[in-house]
Order: sequence, then C-alpha cells, then structure tokens
Amino acid sequence: MKIAISSKGKELDSLLDSRFGRARYFIIYDGKADTFSVMDNSMNFDAAQGAGIQTAQNVLSTGVEHIITGHCGPKAYKVLSLSAAKLYLKENGTVKEAIDDLIGGKLKAANNADVEGHWM
Amino acid sequence: MNTPLNIAVASGKGGTGKTTLSVSLAIALGESVTLLDCDVEEPNCHIFIKRNNIGKEKVSVLIPKVEKTRCNKCGNCAKICRYNAIVSLPSGPLIFPELCHSCGGCARICPTGAITEKKEPIGVIESSLSGNIKFFQGIMHVGKPISPPLIKAVKMHKSPDHLTIIDCPPGTSCPMITAVKDSDFIILVTEPTPFGLNDLKLAVETSRKLKIPFAVVLNRSDSGDNRVDEYCKNESIPVLLRIPEMRCIAEAYSNGKTIIDAVPIIRGQLISLLNDVVSIVKAKGKINAG
Repeated sequence: MKIAISSKGKELDSLLDSRFGRARYFIIYDGKADTFSVMDNSMNFDAAQGAGIQTAQNVLSTGVEHIITGHCGPKAYKVLSLSAAKLYLKENGTVKEAIDDLIGGKLKAANNADVEGHWM
Repeated sequence: MNTPLNIAVASGKGGTGKTTLSVSLAIALGESVTLLDCDVEEPNCHIFIKRNNIGKEKVSVLIPKVEKTRCNKCGNCAKICRYNAIVSLPSGPLIFPELCHSCGGCARICPTGAITEKKEPIGVIESSLSGNIKFFQGIMHVGKPISPPLIKAVKMHKSPDHLTIIDCPPGTSCPMITAVKDSDFIILVTEPTPFGLNDLKLAVETSRKLKIPFAVVLNRSDSGDNRVDEYCKNESIPVLLRIPEMRCIAEAYSNGKTIIDAVPIIRGQLISLLNDVVSIVKAKGKINAG
C-alpha cells in the first residue's frame, strides 16, 4: 500500500501540511517495505496558478493508492477523482499519525472537494 | 489637440475617481477624442455618456480541445503548459480552460495533431459616437477569469490621429498592466487616505518599471491628511490637479453627471492638465504614435 501525505517537513514525525496544492513536501510511504521517500513540491508551492492540479498530477505519478492531506479544492479533486487513488482529509498531527490512522481504519475517504480553490 | 497621444488613467486603489476623471477629460476637451473603458470587469464610463447606435464586436480567445482518438498520451502538452492548465493522466489530458492563457504551445507540440484550438467567447466590445467622443468599452462575460485578452482588444481601437484616454482597471496586476502598457503617459488618481497612499506607491513602482512617465491627480484633495502630498514631494512626482471634496460633485455623480456639470469652472483646469501632460511627453521626446 502506497500513501502520499502532504507534509511540512521531510520526516515521518513532520507535521501534516493542511494545504494540498501548495504543500511544501509530500511523504510517499510504502507500507509493504515500510520505507518512505520525499517528494519536493516547492515548484507548486510558488506556482502562480494551477498548483492544485499540477500537484495532483505529480502525486498520482508516484503510483500512490491513498492520499492524506488537510483540505482539497475542486480542481485538484477533479484530477484525483479521475484516478483510482482515494483521498482522506486530516487536519492536524504528524505524518506518522496520519499513516497509523489510515491503517487503523480511522480515516474515511472523501468524495468531494471540501474547500474552494485559494481557500487560504 | 491633434496629437495621437495615449493617456492611461490608473490608480492602484479602486474608487479614487479614475472613471470620473477619464470621462471629464474627454468631455472637457470638446474636440475629437477616443475614450476606452478598459475596466472590463466593471465598465462604467457609459453611465456618464449618452450613447446611440451601439455597435457590438465579439471577442474570443483560443482554448485547446483534445481529439481523444488521436491522443497518444505522451504528456507533452501538460509539460509545456506553464500555466498549469493541462494535466496528463493515464486516461489522457485534462484541460482547465479557466487557467489557459491561449499561448498555443500545447497545439504546436502535440506530435499527433490531437489538439486543436477552438474559439471561446470571453466578452464584447461596445462602440458608439457621443458628440466629440469615440467611445469603446469592453464587457467581460460573467465567470470568465482572464481579462487581458479583452483589454488588448479594446486597446486596438486607440486612435492613430487624436488623443486617446484609457480608463484602466484598479490594482497593479495583469489587467492594470495590460491597460497602461504602451501608453505615453499615466495619470495616477489617488485620494489623501492611508489606502490611497499605499496603493499609489504600488502604482508608482509599476509605472516606473514600465518606464512610462506619470503624474498624480489628487481627488477629494482636502479630505484625509497630507501624506500623499509629502510622498509626491519627496519622490518629485508632479501633482497636476486637485479636485476638492464637494457635495455637489458627489450629487452629480450619483445622477450620472460629471464634475464638469457640478463645477463648470473645472473645465479649464482639465484642459490645462491635458496640456501639461502633452508638454511633459513632448519634453521626454517620445510619442508612441498609433
């Protein structure tokens, strides 16, 4: 099971980044091997526009099946909804806690965008 | 004033009196003048101008359309799009027209010719002749997010043989820059308030970057404080006109009338303002004619 988590830092104990398109990093966690890699999202962090959809494309290209972030806008959601990956919203905590919550079945898949674009 | 000069009226802060000044200048001149309302998201010069026989011109932009059967899913269209308007998914490209800037890059780079550009209407330009004023205004369709292509289309109507006054959108981002670009002069209308000053500074920096000469008109000049005056003095920015805060001007405005209707004596000052602008531009020795 491969999971992408929007993160403010590059470690498993880094805090979740509540933004999707303009998250600083994504932690790509491989549940099978219990390893993770870091995806730098700085290009979209500073994008003039379209950060959400570009981030969605990049995250999906890593082949993840689950995505955990704080909030997701309509354009990013549209891209994600065309893939098989499932989206989960979790506002606070660390990357590790988010992974544990997902594995423990505590997170429910979102079936819609929960904020307008440019919500922050 | 048979000089093909383009004067942009801009501000930074909204509601400082750009439209009031633009329309009043055009009326005061009393001879052939072109007035362009480039505040296409909220054009309102028309409120102060009597219009007959309104001509309409549709304005469109080109937006990519994908012929799915021809797409080989190479993803080059998404890679070249610097506006993030295309994403490449295993199911093919997904286009977000509201982010597209109509550069055409995706259609050119597509190796299979799957992408063609289709016209998408974004607004209309209304034209009319009202006395001495040739008037054009752009009107964006509701929900269209990108105004510069329409502003550029309105600016195609600037006159090659007489004065053109351009009423610009507020702010200092793409719409304002598109509207003031290639003008011979920018009149920055502001008011003596903290917001007026803050946004004036932004507009001054923008004008300087664009290397267009500019000066200030201070509206409601006897309200607020003197910080705008101090700023202009320190920066050696000429203040070409002061319009006092007067109830009769506000009343005229609310009845769709101009400052000239309220305070006829101001007409002379408006004409000297235009003469001042012409002298400044001539002293700089370059007119972007036509």
